[in-house]
Amino acid sequence: MKSDEIDHGKRRLLTATATALGGVGAVSVAVPFVASMQPSARAQAAGAPIEIDISALRPGELVVHKWRGKPVWVLHRTEEMLASLKTAEEGLTDPQSAGSEQPDYALNRQRSLKPEYLVLVGVCTHLGCSPKFRPEPGDEEIGADWAGGFLCPCHGGRYDLAGRVFKGTPPPKNMAVPPYMYLSDSRLVIGLEEGEV
Amino acid sequence: MSKQSTGLLGWIDQRFPLSKIWNEHLAEYYAPKNFNFWYYFGSLALLVLVIQVITGIFLTMHYKPDANLAFGAVEYIMRDVPGGWIIRYMHSTGASMFFVAVYLHMFRGLLYGSYKAPRELLWIVGMLIYLVLMGEAFMGYLLPWGQMSYWGAKVIINLFGAVPFVGEELALWIRGDFVVGDATLNRFFSLHVIAMPLVLIGLVVVHLLALHETGSNNPDGIEIKKLKDENGIPLDGIPFHPYYTVKDIFGSVAFLVVFAAIMFFAPEMNGYFLEPPNFVAANPMLTPEHIAPVWYFTPFYAILRAIPPVAGSAFPGVLAMGASIAIFFVLPWLDRSPVKSIRYRGGLSRLALTLFVISFVGLGWLGMQPPSDLYTLWSRLLSVVYFGFFLLMPIYTRVDKCKPVPERVTWK
Repeated sequence: MKSDEIDHGKRRLLTATATALGGVGAVSVAVPFVASMQPSARAQAAGAPIEIDISALRPGELVVHKWRGKPVWVLHRTEEMLASLKTAEEGLTDPQSAGSEQPDYALNRQRSLKPEYLVLVGVCTHLGCSPKFRPEPGDEEIGADWAGGFLCPCHGGRYDLAGRVFKGTPPPKNMAVPPYMYLSDSRLVIGLEEGEV
Repeated sequence: MSKQSTGLLGWIDQRFPLSKIWNEHLAEYYAPKNFNFWYYFGSLALLVLVIQVITGIFLTMHYKPDANLAFGAVEYIMRDVPGGWIIRYMHSTGASMFFVAVYLHMFRGLLYGSYKAPRELLWIVGMLIYLVLMGEAFMGYLLPWGQMSYWGAKVIINLFGAVPFVGEELALWIRGDFVVGDATLNRFFSLHVIAMPLVLIGLVVVHLLALHETGSNNPDGIEIKKLKDENGIPLDGIPFHPYYTVKDIFGSVAFLVVFAAIMFFAPEMNGYFLEPPNFVAANPMLTPEHIAPVWYFTPFYAILRAIPPVAGSAFPGVLAMGASIAIFFVLPWLDRSPVKSIRYRGGLSRLALTLFVISFVGLGWLGMQPPSDLYTLWSRLLSVVYFGFFLLMPIYTRVDKCKPVPERVTWK
């Protein structure tokens, strides 16, 4: 082959290999940039368990605590509130909570360890707003058949007093029950379970 | 053709194509002579972009992208920084006026078929600009770190969480934390002041280059390049400079009068430009009583709310919202009409466009209202109209009776 002829085969090979290797290089360089946007070690360490004192929580009252940056509710339910859970059941999307998030010990009608105390991550399963506590039965704004529960202000999601979602409203699942345990009758810990300590 | 320039300009022209650029894009860029009112909004959008960049640079000098300091920094700008209040109101008014200009600019495209061949790429680049603009506005809205900033960002980021399989991981990656927090604010700041504006300006340049390649459409939807005089100049064309530079300066002055009136007398626009809950610092424990996005996002938000969950997943609503924006990209191929402009289209096209505008405005209003059964029903109905405009377009544009299009532009 003369020196001034172009070797097209060689040129194609060089272009293809250079492109392929360059592509591998570009993807490799992207790795630390993509990874840098994940939660940092500090953010991951911030998810420690919290302790809550419920001795002053009267029947019908709800308190909000912050756990992993999210609101966690503790609701002291009255007898009437517990009774409403049964009557509400036929209107619910997932009355057995089979497709929802909760520890096994909260997989019951009350969705709690002790029936009267409901512990719930107060975040709507639709798009993450925090629903409002609307305990009054027959609430004027919601409707006469309202037995009390939670109403999400963002997209109208409705939940009963165990955080179970009503049919025909946007949320796909019941609100999540976090892992929790009783340290004593009046002390709760969120983020830890029996046997984990 | 043009004579060789001398002196300093000649010296520059031998080293940089200054006169060439000036002539190609202004002095010898021939635009149709029948532009009307609707042709103001492209240049006005450019004007607002300049306003946003300049005011943004100065706001960045005083703002602090830190979850503990951000809300206070904005109050500091409003109260303590000399002239800070007016710069911030310019920026916040500019955000809404950007969308006013862009929506009217897009409506012009629909009205006169400006997206049709040979301007499909011009339209697609324009849609990309619109997408980036939405991202830019959304991220900018988090920065004041008020209640609406916080909960709005939370809801929108959770939309990504509804994507099957990878959604949760994706939302986590976008937030950079398990909840919207400091990490989120910091990265949104970076994207809002560097990444998005760079992309936006690049796309605007591409948009203009594509426009100047095909030439502008006009209210008659006629290609003026078809009929040229002996010098190759379109018979219905006039040089952009000075004719349209003067027209656009007039438009800019009128626009700035409105802009200044809003800025001085109604910067919050009764809660539409700056929402009341955003005057309260972000509180992750407490959702405001009623949350709604800023007005320019509400039509899409109403579509999102209108779609019920399917098989326990909010994804269909997210998909519908995405589709409501994405469908604009294929508009050039949905429209089968032989004519461009609404002036020569039949009753079906006119009816369809009217219904579309009604559905868009209606959805925009519904997206601001608190959820209720009646409004959801209306949202569903108008969503059907909205998508019907696009999906039925191949049919109604084909059967529609068009009028004959004249050879030359109509001009008084």
